[in-house]
Amino acid sequence: MSNLSVLYDAPGPKAKARNILYTVLFLVVFVAVLWWALAAMADKGQLDANKWSPFVTDSRVWTTFLLPALGNTLKAAALSIVIALPLGAILGIGRLSDHRWVRIPCGAVVEFFRAIPVLLLMLFASALYVQFTDISSELRPLYAVVTGLVLYNASVIAEVVRSGILSLPRGQTDAAQAIGMRKGQAMTHVLLPQSVTAMLPALVSQLVVVVKDTALGGVMLNFEELLRSVRTISANYGANTIAAFTVVALIFIVLNFLLTSAATWLERRIRRGKRTTGAVVTIDPTDAMEADQLGRPAIKTKQPSTPDEQGRLDG
Amino acid sequence: MFDFLDLQRYDLFGAFWVTAQLAVFSAIGSLVWGTILAGMRVSPVPLMRVFGTAYVNIVRNTPLTVIILFTSLGLFQTLGIAMGGESFKETNFRLAVLGLTAYTAAFVCEALRSGINTVPVGQAEAARALGLSFTQVLRLVVLPQAFRSVIAPLANVLIALTKNTTVAAAIGVAEAALLMKRMIENEAQVFLIGGIFALGFILLTLPTGLLLGWVSKRVAVKR
Repeated sequence: MSNLSVLYDAPGPKAKARNILYTVLFLVVFVAVLWWALAAMADKGQLDANKWSPFVTDSRVWTTFLLPALGNTLKAAALSIVIALPLGAILGIGRLSDHRWVRIPCGAVVEFFRAIPVLLLMLFASALYVQFTDISSELRPLYAVVTGLVLYNASVIAEVVRSGILSLPRGQTDAAQAIGMRKGQAMTHVLLPQSVTAMLPALVSQLVVVVKDTALGGVMLNFEELLRSVRTISANYGANTIAAFTVVALIFIVLNFLLTSAATWLERRIRRGKRTTGAVVTIDPTDAMEADQLGRPAIKTKQPSTPDEQGRLDG
Repeated sequence: MFDFLDLQRYDLFGAFWVTAQLAVFSAIGSLVWGTILAGMRVSPVPLMRVFGTAYVNIVRNTPLTVIILFTSLGLFQTLGIAMGGESFKETNFRLAVLGLTAYTAAFVCEALRSGINTVPVGQAEAARALGLSFTQVLRLVVLPQAFRSVIAPLANVLIALTKNTTVAAAIGVAEAALLMKRMIENEAQVFLIGGIFALGFILLTLPTGLLLGWVSKRVAVKR
């Protein structure tokens, strides 16, 4: 049911009147809640112009606090994804191996790290670095955050890679073997290049999860990222907590919205394309929450062939 | 070897109990709020559809840490909203549940909406042909079938929620991640402590996944 208007009849005069009534009621409730929130904020002086104006008038808020913090967020996210990609590819391909002694350990690693909260991985990594290495205390939070994110996301990417390769028609492997390629050659010359296009959207949306998770490091490990700048800004600009939160949240939302849009655009483009199989690995919307189910591949492959499926995706 | 595991000093079971409580309360809250949001997203009233879509898109793109920290720093410490909690402990717990509910509901809504998509068009058409109104169509025909088909995705959401409760440590709720932080800073056996907490989370999430996977197969609508 992609066209949800099947749930109700085309409105007649009575239904139209009722819809208008509901619209008005909803507006009243919405405005009441908004009013209550604004009144509470005004009561504590959070709406005062001097709490919000620094973000427009004082460029130092951006140059000293927000932009360097955003830079750190992006740095951690970029490092994590760059390290996690090859690791995840190795794990994912390992899981498809014909040899049990490769397949089972790879599967165990993937399932283990997917089952553990990424915050625990970060805390654990931080403690490891304290105890066994002499990384300076300024750099340690970055290392710990990246390590935690890499461990978790490599295992998610492994699943993406695995389902991407499995989405290819069986004939590709057969054909590669028929012209005398070894298993490794078939993987690097035939399967991987084709499945990359199918995986691309899922990988881009995984970036959203990575960006969101860097904020954990700010709170729990004192990593100087975007969310942490809320505290420093509100300490320097007269306790403008609400304003600082709003701006930081907006930056996160815009950044992630751009990434999500890129993923959707890529998915449409690949699905339309003629040179690929048209299969796209998608992370279920519910999994973007960063969740996957143990023991069952949470990441699905959508084949473009059935009309039902195509209709559903537009919804 | 297990000397460090001083249960008097580190209330391991208490911490995991708080984690479980956070997960259960937030799960109930987000199921209710997520269902309402899904209803809004498919409703005949355009304004509600816009609100539902905007809520889901905004919340999904905001880090959970931002939301949880906002409930404490913004709602409580700045605006003085204590959610009726009498002590810091109680207030922080309730704020964490509020934050987790607000965040998770967006994902419940998306799961439900994809569940509504799996119900054949004929079902809704037949219901309308019988003269049922929008709420009746949704309540009596579409949602019961949708719920049965989304148990597996909802199980994923629940497992993610269980893992996400660790973020409540950011506002000092005494749950597993906070205890792990304290233990790992005070004791030397990093690997053992990490292993214990990893095991704890596997024990919390694995049965949920298996049980709900079994339930989803049992109740799936055979078509």
